[in-house]
Amino acid sequence: MAELQFREAIRAAMVEEMRRDESVFLMGEEVAEYDGAYKVSQGMLEEFGFRRVIDTPISELGFSGIGVGAAMNGLRPIVEFMTFNFAVVGIDQIINNAAKLRYMSGGQIMIPIVFRGPNASAGQLGATHSVAYEALYGHIPGLKVVYPSEPGDAKGLLKTAIRDDNPVIFLESEQMYGLKGEVSDEEDFTIPFGVAKVKREGNDVTIVAHGKMYHVAQQAAKELAKDGIEAEIVDPRTIKPFDMKTVIESVKKTNRCVIVDETHPFCGIAAEVGFQLQRDAFDYLDAPIQRVTVPDVPAPFAKNLFDLWLPGPKQVIEAVNAVTYRS
Amino acid sequence: MAIVIDMPKLSDTMEEGVISKWNVKEGDKVKSGDIIAEVETDKATMDVEVYDDGVVLKIVAKEGDAVPLGKAMAIIGEEGEDISDLLDGDGGDASGGEKAEKKPKKDEEKDEDAEKAGDDGEDDEDEDEDVDDGKAKESGKKDGDNGKDKDAGKTAKKSGDKSDDGKKGKEKKDFDPLFGDLNGDEKTKDAKAKTDSGDDRVKVSPLARKMAEEQGISLSDVKGSGPQGRIVKKDIEEFDKDAAKSSKSAKPAAPAADMIPSGESKELKVSQMRKAIARRLAESKFTSPHFYETIDIDMKRAIEARGALNELSEVKISFNDFVVKACAAALRRHPAINSSWMGDKIVQHGDVHVAVAVAIDDGLITPVIKHTDKKGLAQISRETKDLAGRARDKKLQPDEFEGSTFTISNLGMFGIEEFTAIINPPNAAILAVGTIRDVPVVENGMVVPGKRMKVTLSSDHRVVDGASAAEFMNSVRNFLENPTTMLL
Repeated sequence: MAELQFREAIRAAMVEEMRRDESVFLMGEEVAEYDGAYKVSQGMLEEFGFRRVIDTPISELGFSGIGVGAAMNGLRPIVEFMTFNFAVVGIDQIINNAAKLRYMSGGQIMIPIVFRGPNASAGQLGATHSVAYEALYGHIPGLKVVYPSEPGDAKGLLKTAIRDDNPVIFLESEQMYGLKGEVSDEEDFTIPFGVAKVKREGNDVTIVAHGKMYHVAQQAAKELAKDGIEAEIVDPRTIKPFDMKTVIESVKKTNRCVIVDETHPFCGIAAEVGFQLQRDAFDYLDAPIQRVTVPDVPAPFAKNLFDLWLPGPKQVIEAVNAVTYRS
Repeated sequence: MAIVIDMPKLSDTMEEGVISKWNVKEGDKVKSGDIIAEVETDKATMDVEVYDDGVVLKIVAKEGDAVPLGKAMAIIGEEGEDISDLLDGDGGDASGGEKAEKKPKKDEEKDEDAEKAGDDGEDDEDEDEDVDDGKAKESGKKDGDNGKDKDAGKTAKKSGDKSDDGKKGKEKKDFDPLFGDLNGDEKTKDAKAKTDSGDDRVKVSPLARKMAEEQGISLSDVKGSGPQGRIVKKDIEEFDKDAAKSSKSAKPAAPAADMIPSGESKELKVSQMRKAIARRLAESKFTSPHFYETIDIDMKRAIEARGALNELSEVKISFNDFVVKACAAALRRHPAINSSWMGDKIVQHGDVHVAVAVAIDDGLITPVIKHTDKKGLAQISRETKDLAGRARDKKLQPDEFEGSTFTISNLGMFGIEEFTAIINPPNAAILAVGTIRDVPVVENGMVVPGKRMKVTLSSDHRVVDGASAAEFMNSVRNFLENPTTMLL
């Protein structure tokens, strides 16, 4: 075990997999000579050279397509987007080609590709640079979606993603790159997709939170504990496949659920999880499921408005109070 | 044009009727005047007639169902006619009439909803429910009852769907490869059906409902502490404790009881008549201030007169007939007793209609002898026998048990010496008649065998005062002690 930053954990996963498998390579804007916009790929050019760590032009549609073509031909590309807000430019390659070619070729073509990069908001970046995309990609059959919240999970899940024969959307956060955590240094340490983790145990309410919002949930749980409310926090870690079983088991114990989700509410992650919960755990619910999301409005730029827009521990506590009939 | 057959008002006190029998089934042709069903009201079993020709398109209420006044029992119309509108409109408890008015508004409401969606993303999910929401929402805004109304609307839909069983039943799948596992929907449906079955719309969380079911707790006994009185887990847990406490305290009181095998308690369904008796008599006893006056009447001459009359009369005249006749004559002289309290006024009735309480299976009914004071003993006797006989067969028509101005209840035949009766609203008084007793009486300084009968008048003090009740009772006594005076 070593304590690594989130960015170091991701780098470790990529380096280990590139050493292990020659067909793995990294491409993206500024990943090589500049060591990555967020220093994720620092030192990789030195180790693997220009052939396997490739700087691309500012042309997401173009290099996404190159990635998909490379994957079709047997390579295992890791395509880094400077942020997933820029991936929108290349989304035709992701949704129409990467996600569908295996299906449309009757299983003849594999697309072992990872699209990775920071997701969602990161302070005052304005409306077009602050979108959380896990719900959008989760909506598309053929894509797997991962959004880890801690360095340890990030390394294990990214290694699984690189080894997967299907396109994987691997979401990170600018604000979490510096976050430190215990990371396994075992060479073959991988975390399977579709396995959630109960990261805090409690009997009073289940909080489902992934990615950056997981940390908001932890802060809220600390505050709630002062009031004697013990929250159980489930981090699904992968959005698709989603481990509903763990969530349902937890709700059977607590009878209440708050879903914290940085995507917009309509057709968001919380909408889907809430639906499945009411269908499959109906008899265990003692209160309507609540969710905490950003509102159905683009991110504002102004600081005061942005702070209102992004959910924090306060909103989570309010939702917990509602489901525990304390408000 | 299809016509909805509503539950008709078959008695002036009925609030719902139970379908005891359908004489037709879906698809049958009916014509105006056909008796399509028998309905048990609070008083009797009545026939329901149709006034239109057509085909029975849908039986909405099954045999044994209680249908509130004015709610749909069946739909008739032309063969093959589309009645989905009518079925939708009959949404559960929500008034069917309202639905038609609301429909044109739906678009407006949608616009509002859309605006709202823009303001507050959190609420978006509510908007995409089914179309019934328009109505549900409006009532929801008023009383916060949103969820339930929605459910009611859906239930009605569901029952509507069932009508085309043949078509839809086959489409039902356990698993749908495109949309995933559908089994969960089944469970949800069951749970929903249960939620809706309660008349009193108890709000309860799914968990609390399940816990109550497992622990055999009746939800109607539990007070909800959640929003809008929703029963939640905590309420069931705490209810359980209370129940445990009371059973603990009861235990030491009967230690020997363990030795005796306990008998089985039964829960009986409350019939329409039982409901009516419970409601009307509780209302009478608890709202009208009763007071009681008892007199002991010398029946010697009445017995002699009855003997003489019965030698001639074709029908056997009973003592009760004498009491009826005496009361009718006395009521004519004391209009204060022949009255009704109407809240802001008192009505002194122009006619004297004496009702006689008749015990029947599972209750009692009070058939009325109209214009009692104008009738002779033989006619009173004949009518009473006829009415009582048909009452026992539940064949009375509403006008035969409605419109009384005074009631007599006689338990003399059971050997009851005296008792008090509860006033039969809207009457102002009721006479409770005891048995005729052999008692020693003093006549001309000698103790001789005598015949006495105690009668007790219960009066509504809002209408009748002690003195006027006493005057009436003296008239009754005079008539019975001197039967010939009734001939006047």
